[in-house]
Amino acid sequence: MKKIALAIVELHRSERTLARTLRAAAARHHSDQDISHLAEDLARWSDDHVRALAQHGRHYGLRLSARPRRVRVTRWVQERVSAVLRRRPEPALLLLADLRRIHRTAAGVSLDWELLGQGAQATKDHELLQLTARCHPQALRQMRWSNAMLKELSPQALST
Amino acid sequence: MRTRGGIADPWGSRTPYGCGEPWPQRVDTHLADGVEPEQVQRWVQSAAVLHSNGDGIDIGVRDGRIVGVRGRAVDRVNHGRVDIKDLFGWQANAAPDRLTTPLIRRHGRLVECDWDTAMDEIVRRSRTLLDEHGPSSIGFYTSGQLFLEEYYTQGVIAHGAIGTNHVDGNTRLCTATAGEALKESFGCDGQPGSYTDVDHADVIALYGHNVAETQTVLWMRMLDRLAGPDPPAIVCVDPRPTPVARYATVHLAPLPGTNVALMNGLLHEILHHGWADHTYLENHTVGYDELRKRVSEFPPSRVARICGIDAAELRRAAEIIGTAHRLLSTVLQGFYQSHQATAAAVQVNNVHLVRGMLGRPGCGILQMNGQPTAENTRECGADGDLAGFRNWANDSHIEELAELWNLDPLQIPHYAPPTHCMQMLRYAEEGTLRMLWVTATNPAVSLPELARIREILAQERLFLVVEDIFPTETAELADVVLPAAAWAEKTGTFTNTDRTVHISEQAVDPPGQARSDLEIFLDYARRMDFRDRDGRPLPPWNTAEEAFEAWQRCSAGRPCDYTGLSYAKLRGGSGIQWPCNDDHPDGTERLYSDGKFWAAPDYCEAYGKDLITGAPLEPTEYRAMNPDGKAIIKAAEYVPAHERPSPEFPYALITGRTVYHFHTRTKTGRTPELDAAAPQVWVEISVGDARQLGIAEGDLVEVRTPRGCVAAAARLTEIRPGVVFLPFHYGYWDGHHDGHHRAANELTLTDWDPVSKQPIFKTAAAALRRVGGGA
Repeated sequence: MKKIALAIVELHRSERTLARTLRAAAARHHSDQDISHLAEDLARWSDDHVRALAQHGRHYGLRLSARPRRVRVTRWVQERVSAVLRRRPEPALLLLADLRRIHRTAAGVSLDWELLGQGAQATKDHELLQLTARCHPQALRQMRWSNAMLKELSPQALST
Repeated sequence: MRTRGGIADPWGSRTPYGCGEPWPQRVDTHLADGVEPEQVQRWVQSAAVLHSNGDGIDIGVRDGRIVGVRGRAVDRVNHGRVDIKDLFGWQANAAPDRLTTPLIRRHGRLVECDWDTAMDEIVRRSRTLLDEHGPSSIGFYTSGQLFLEEYYTQGVIAHGAIGTNHVDGNTRLCTATAGEALKESFGCDGQPGSYTDVDHADVIALYGHNVAETQTVLWMRMLDRLAGPDPPAIVCVDPRPTPVARYATVHLAPLPGTNVALMNGLLHEILHHGWADHTYLENHTVGYDELRKRVSEFPPSRVARICGIDAAELRRAAEIIGTAHRLLSTVLQGFYQSHQATAAAVQVNNVHLVRGMLGRPGCGILQMNGQPTAENTRECGADGDLAGFRNWANDSHIEELAELWNLDPLQIPHYAPPTHCMQMLRYAEEGTLRMLWVTATNPAVSLPELARIREILAQERLFLVVEDIFPTETAELADVVLPAAAWAEKTGTFTNTDRTVHISEQAVDPPGQARSDLEIFLDYARRMDFRDRDGRPLPPWNTAEEAFEAWQRCSAGRPCDYTGLSYAKLRGGSGIQWPCNDDHPDGTERLYSDGKFWAAPDYCEAYGKDLITGAPLEPTEYRAMNPDGKAIIKAAEYVPAHERPSPEFPYALITGRTVYHFHTRTKTGRTPELDAAAPQVWVEISVGDARQLGIAEGDLVEVRTPRGCVAAAARLTEIRPGVVFLPFHYGYWDGHHDGHHRAANELTLTDWDPVSKQPIFKTAAAALRRVGGGA
């Protein structure tokens, strides 16, 4: 396998993880509606990236799934748990932990896009270069969002 | 005595005028039955408070009572005209159920008490909370209906003396997106346009703005242009068949939640046909390339599919806008309270930047407000902004405030933007916010998903203070209720949507023990013994005029500069538009006429946010993007709404207003003529949908969403098929308690725009069912 194919496999894996992490947070923090809605929206960006990587991977003989990993089974349960716990302060701390996890996962994704972009340049794979130019900024935005929410929500969670 | 038609004539007779001519005067007067003008003992100067237009009016007084109102012919805003709500609404001041004494909850019931008992309880609870949980356990939810002096005082107490970040206004529901869209595009809040742009425009585009019902006097101005020679073309974007739509050259009725796609489609056509002003773009903006790339993804055919509109009509609208010589655009809740609110409103700014149409007569943007004094909530830092349009992320701005208030900069929270209302309620829900002080607003009817809101506000562990003029649905849930003085019962200033500052003088005494909000805030500050760094009382002022002067110092050198104004200067003549200072002693009609913006990194109010995620830009990012302080063109991708029609809930539910009511009808519902004109909630359904569901005009219909159901009489209209409309004014104070099936917000979903944090009232999915014949 070409080395660049390995990078695609790795990124495909990490984007799927990011989508799943975002969706898990969306379900777990169903009572924090902005987090829940935004995490769902941003998970769709990762779905889109997964699809694009799966498609491009074919050029390298890769057979990658174009579909996101679903978390539907537990989702219903987690939303109910979030509703039951909505009057407790503890989920706010859990939310900080989840945002932190999203941030780290998105940072990994961003680095992987960086590497893939470098590889695409070196191998003159124009299509792949275009793909990284389209997707990498969105990974950075996913990262900035989790950072911003951490910054905004942490003072209340940590001080009261 | 009356100079206007009755209640069924909201806009009065026409006084046509041509492009560039002065708008003729027409003085509207309404006096109580049997009162003739010569019997009025005093006319007291004021301005309108039942909408955001800021019409100058005089209050007629006889024997210590209000007996009517008269439009001020000299005022630049209305030239003598009076809105239908103001014509009659003053009667509510004398309604028999005004709050006239403080109330306190004892053994589960609200009972009358004196001011000492009520205030001491608030002070005791505040002190305990500050000692045990810190300032973040206290929040303030204020209004768009107080006066400037009151907001500034409240802001200083909350942000400065207490040091909590939890301060917001109900302006979050009406004007947050207007302010945010201006910050995103121009680096700072501040209305670019002026009402006088109506006099000059050859095209007026109204985006989600039913001006005929929200600002009737501005609509009169437009109607008079339409009745004159060379009338302007009207472009109307609204899913409802509003009066504006009836006069429109092109009416686009998009599916709710698709505004960004629509705007991108308009911009696509404007760029595609070469209607952009590239010299203006080059000299005065950054970010054009991103916009060009983004809107290239939105050809009319795709937009037509997303929005459910006719591609040819979209092209026609784009051509009218793209070839306008003097374009005026106005935006309101159809954009602000809908999905992707800020992203859509920013695209309207982009149309003007792309076309280089700003700061000249007829070339203006009016990002509207919903409430009379919302602009002051924004300026004074009582709504999630900091006083004087200061930037929470800029340490030197915080130091300026600390200097003004004589406090340690660390006392003023600036670790994040001030907390918005929906987040405050979330903190109250999880129990970390323990005291909420609500002034002049009614969240138990006006916020989305009311069952949840009631549950939060009714919690035992939340100490709820409600300061109002009537026993509202929210007051019923309070631990302490404070009776406030209303408009006409206190003196102060306020500023309308086009930056016009008016003075409103006290005409009569407040009823019973009611006190002005300013007096109440200052009483609280004295009882709390708030002090500055040198041990002086904070805030140091005692009267409204002193508060105004303190605000002038705070505004000095900022865009909303009031230093050239004074109570004396505001008396007698017309309202005056800020900035008003030594350079502009008569005020400023239009902003940005020189193509210069308040966007320099050291000066701007905000560094901007990601239009999709809402994540703020870091100061360094902004500095790199916009070192010279140009206008910022921001593109946005279209994201589908979070709750879309489904087989179970097949209709898109939107909420809105009627011309006869304001907010939750606290005043207008107590005005006999206005109440009689629209006494009961109704639901608008398209004729075709109604036929399918077997619904006839007047039938009782149940509107249901996953959160609740409302019963309302059907009105069949030409509203876009698949869309239903409910007015949001109706609550429960005048009966209808059983089961909570009257307020539109029983149905709306908890969701807000990630950028402006304005709740979304216009994309719920609903089911309809006929439950019976008409009454």
